[in-house]
Amino acid sequence: MAGVLARRLFSSVLVIVGSLILVFAILYVLPGDPTDTIVDPSIATPEMVANLRHQLGVDQPFYIQFARYFSHMLRGDFGQSLMNSESVLGKILDSFPATLALTAASSFVAVTVGLVLGVLSAIHRNRPIDLIARVVGLFGISMPTFWSGILLIVLLSLKLGWFPAMGSDGWRTLVLPAIALGLVGAGFIVRMVRSSMLDIIDEHFILTLRSKGLTERAVMYKHALRNALIPAITMIGMLVGEMLAGTVVIETVFSRQGIGRIIADALMAKDLPVVQGVIFFSAFVYVIVNTLVDLSYTFIDPRVRRST
Amino acid sequence: MGALLDIQKLSVDFQTKHGLLTAITEVTFSIQPGETVCLVGESGSGKTVTSKAIMRLIEHEQGRITEGSVLLSGQDVAKLPEAELRRIRGKRVAMVFQEPMAAFDPVFTIGQQIAETIVRHERVGKREAWERGVQLLKRVGIPEAELRMKQYPGELSGGMLQRAMIAVALSCGPELLIADEPTTALDVTIQAQILQLLQELKREFGMSILLITHDLGIAAEIADRVIVMYAGQIVEQGVTEELFAQPLHPYTRGLLQSAAPLDSVRGSRLYAIKGSIPSLAALPTGCLFHPRCEHATDRCRAEAPPLDHRGDREVACWHVDSVVEAAVDGHSASGAVIHEVAAKRQTSIRLIEEDPADSGQNVKQPGVSSPSPSSDVLFEAVNLHKYYPLKRKSLTAPRSYVRAVDDVSFTIRKNETFGLVGESGSGKSTLGRVLLQLEEATSGKIHFQGTELTSLSAAELRPLRREMQVIFQDPYGSLSPRWTVGDSIAEPLKVHGALSAAECKERAAELLQLVGLDAASVNKYPHEFSGGQRQRIGIARAIALNPSFILADEAVSALDVSVQAQVVNLLQDLQQKLGLTYLFIAHGLQIVRHISDRIGVMYLGKLVEIAPSEELFLRPAHPYTRLLIDSIPHSVPGQRRDTPLLQGEIPSPSNPPSGCRFHTRCPFATARCREEQPALLPLDKDRYVACHYSLV
Repeated sequence: MAGVLARRLFSSVLVIVGSLILVFAILYVLPGDPTDTIVDPSIATPEMVANLRHQLGVDQPFYIQFARYFSHMLRGDFGQSLMNSESVLGKILDSFPATLALTAASSFVAVTVGLVLGVLSAIHRNRPIDLIARVVGLFGISMPTFWSGILLIVLLSLKLGWFPAMGSDGWRTLVLPAIALGLVGAGFIVRMVRSSMLDIIDEHFILTLRSKGLTERAVMYKHALRNALIPAITMIGMLVGEMLAGTVVIETVFSRQGIGRIIADALMAKDLPVVQGVIFFSAFVYVIVNTLVDLSYTFIDPRVRRST
Repeated sequence: MGALLDIQKLSVDFQTKHGLLTAITEVTFSIQPGETVCLVGESGSGKTVTSKAIMRLIEHEQGRITEGSVLLSGQDVAKLPEAELRRIRGKRVAMVFQEPMAAFDPVFTIGQQIAETIVRHERVGKREAWERGVQLLKRVGIPEAELRMKQYPGELSGGMLQRAMIAVALSCGPELLIADEPTTALDVTIQAQILQLLQELKREFGMSILLITHDLGIAAEIADRVIVMYAGQIVEQGVTEELFAQPLHPYTRGLLQSAAPLDSVRGSRLYAIKGSIPSLAALPTGCLFHPRCEHATDRCRAEAPPLDHRGDREVACWHVDSVVEAAVDGHSASGAVIHEVAAKRQTSIRLIEEDPADSGQNVKQPGVSSPSPSSDVLFEAVNLHKYYPLKRKSLTAPRSYVRAVDDVSFTIRKNETFGLVGESGSGKSTLGRVLLQLEEATSGKIHFQGTELTSLSAAELRPLRREMQVIFQDPYGSLSPRWTVGDSIAEPLKVHGALSAAECKERAAELLQLVGLDAASVNKYPHEFSGGQRQRIGIARAIALNPSFILADEAVSALDVSVQAQVVNLLQDLQQKLGLTYLFIAHGLQIVRHISDRIGVMYLGKLVEIAPSEELFLRPAHPYTRLLIDSIPHSVPGQRRDTPLLQGEIPSPSNPPSGCRFHTRCPFATARCREEQPALLPLDKDRYVACHYSLV
């Protein structure tokens, strides 16, 4: 068990470092110069720009820039924003909790709605509940979040006035964005759980369980569900990443605080240290979540336990 | 004494995409307390539906009892509410299924799954249920029961799982045990162990058994009464001895004859029922069996015969008397044949006894200088090895290997059929694939028609590949469902030949005719054919390039017995017509005996015996061969097993036992066997055995 954990952690670190290099490389080859953000290119003299470039270190070769960034990062220094010289780390730490809360809330919506509807629709195949689940799945997958977000605002906020349309203070502001974002995940999970439940229900061992006189409830919720969860959990791990990425749009739609907003603004302004910092943090969260998911397998599926 | 189970006129319908299908019609039979009843028939005959209908498990598969009653000690199960029914399932009537690997939930331990049943039906705590589980596992012969309880299904072998499944079934002391093909997925040696266990437990628990099987040998061995089903109806039932002695229904008779008995004249044609079982969606009129029946008349085509009593027996046939008459004629004929064989046996035994072979001193490698001239040799394997590396446990641990084929040397002669037998895990299939260079040998040499294959490049090998083709086990998986049959057959022609598309198609049509199918079928797709017909298509594809050698890896194992006989006959005809050489790999020993000239017996990657087919069965030299043969169910009722069974299971090929690999299961093993590995040495002409204490 300790060996599994060690190996997983090692590969997680590799993924994080890899993503760091990748992001750094992409931003490096991107057209445009970071000095543009700081000085107006129409009035700046070439000497000023060269000076600034030297100050920022962007005149150095790629590997030196990366090594410097990396060593700073290891010491907790993610640099300063080019726009207002704020510490990138401070900026991220300020807004990250709001994003995490949104990601967690929408994941909760996705998993709850997805599992419940997926299981019910498989058990009651071709009944009304199955139809509802399939429609929810279809809508979740095919509706873009900015659209469903706007619909929710119009309906639940403007028309009915149940929840605020914007802001990031208190749980009430979380409800609409969490639903808008969670529905996407729910759509994928419903479909996944439904089809894997249906596969499991056709397995021979289900017949055995019934022949032992177990109640349908025990057969379905104790045995079939646990088997069906195995593929669903992989997907949930990946979806959390999707949710994190989805916050970029949703935070804008609902005018929420969060790293989604920060990265959107930073990209517009070519504020590279901020972009790098945010992407690194997101990769970090994503890797942690997926490591947890992988480890949770070991508890659900004995076959994984043996093969590792 | 009243019947334990009394089924009256039971009919079951299934709701399918194509409408309502009637799976079984007016099935009537009963089981007395303590009785073992076997339900036999080919796939599609309705055996399994009948067994599931007893506990109404069909209702989860869109099935419904439309008519009739299922009386369990007088109570009609067909009318019970679901909740009541669940109290009977697993408690009074328990079931064991065909595939032990698939019958357990993979994510719960064996112990949890046994305890769950006990807790469901009896007022006991979890701890007590667990304790009883341990006792049950011990009773069904599972070593280290406490450990096994905590293991997951994937960690046990098929045989062990089937024992565990039986333990689950017995956990609440059922009155009736329904076993649906409980040994079909298992090796013949494990099958014998499981059947013996079932019989012991039946006496011990005082229960009745309803056993569903396609293997008449099993029915002969354990049944008190046999019920034969065909296309959803009972066609005959009777006491086992009587039914086997004088089958009344032509179908029963056909089934009995198609199962190649151990005393059939080797190489002769097997009796085969023509055609195959009809689909439920397109049942024939009148007697359902008439399209396949030799005795069919207009009456059979028009009118369905009722299941009539004849003394203690029941049979549904209009022409029982003429069937019996024909059978009597046939019987005397086959009786004469048996005498002839027996006479031959004696002479051959005498011949061997008169010729005390100079075995022992002769340390010649078999095959390297085989007694027959080398021009007769088609394939020659010398010191062949195939090791599969295993994942290391840690970076420093030495790499270990699965030794699938471990130093095997033998020859296959031109025009012969070389049979390869052994339990699963013995390396038969690997050996076949390595011979054909479908997998690379780890070491060793393979000579094919004088060419050494292992050193050839893929390009150099390609022209030789025409000469060696394969027929696969699964007739469903080995044909692409999106290709027409003609395309599948013509593919090797396109790869190797320079034929035009039209010529290819013409040749495909010819080949189809050669294997007994309609030439017009070239444009059909595989799903339009039955299993047996698909296997014929596979054969047509294999012979398309006029190969000299065909590897038939379990080529008939997936087929029903009557169809199996058809395909075996076809293979033999083709061998004669086309001068083919076969390597015939199978776990069904009777079939291998029937078709093979010589047989090699494999155990854990080693060839332990090579002998001419009849010799091998008459006088096996290796204890493993002997026990393997003894495991075959006797097809003569009453002649029950008295020889000791082959104990235990085949060990893991990644860590084979020291010395003779068989010593852990061998009743004759001594200290020498544990230490010294016996070489495969000539015993007498054409016989080789790897045993320190050969039985011959």
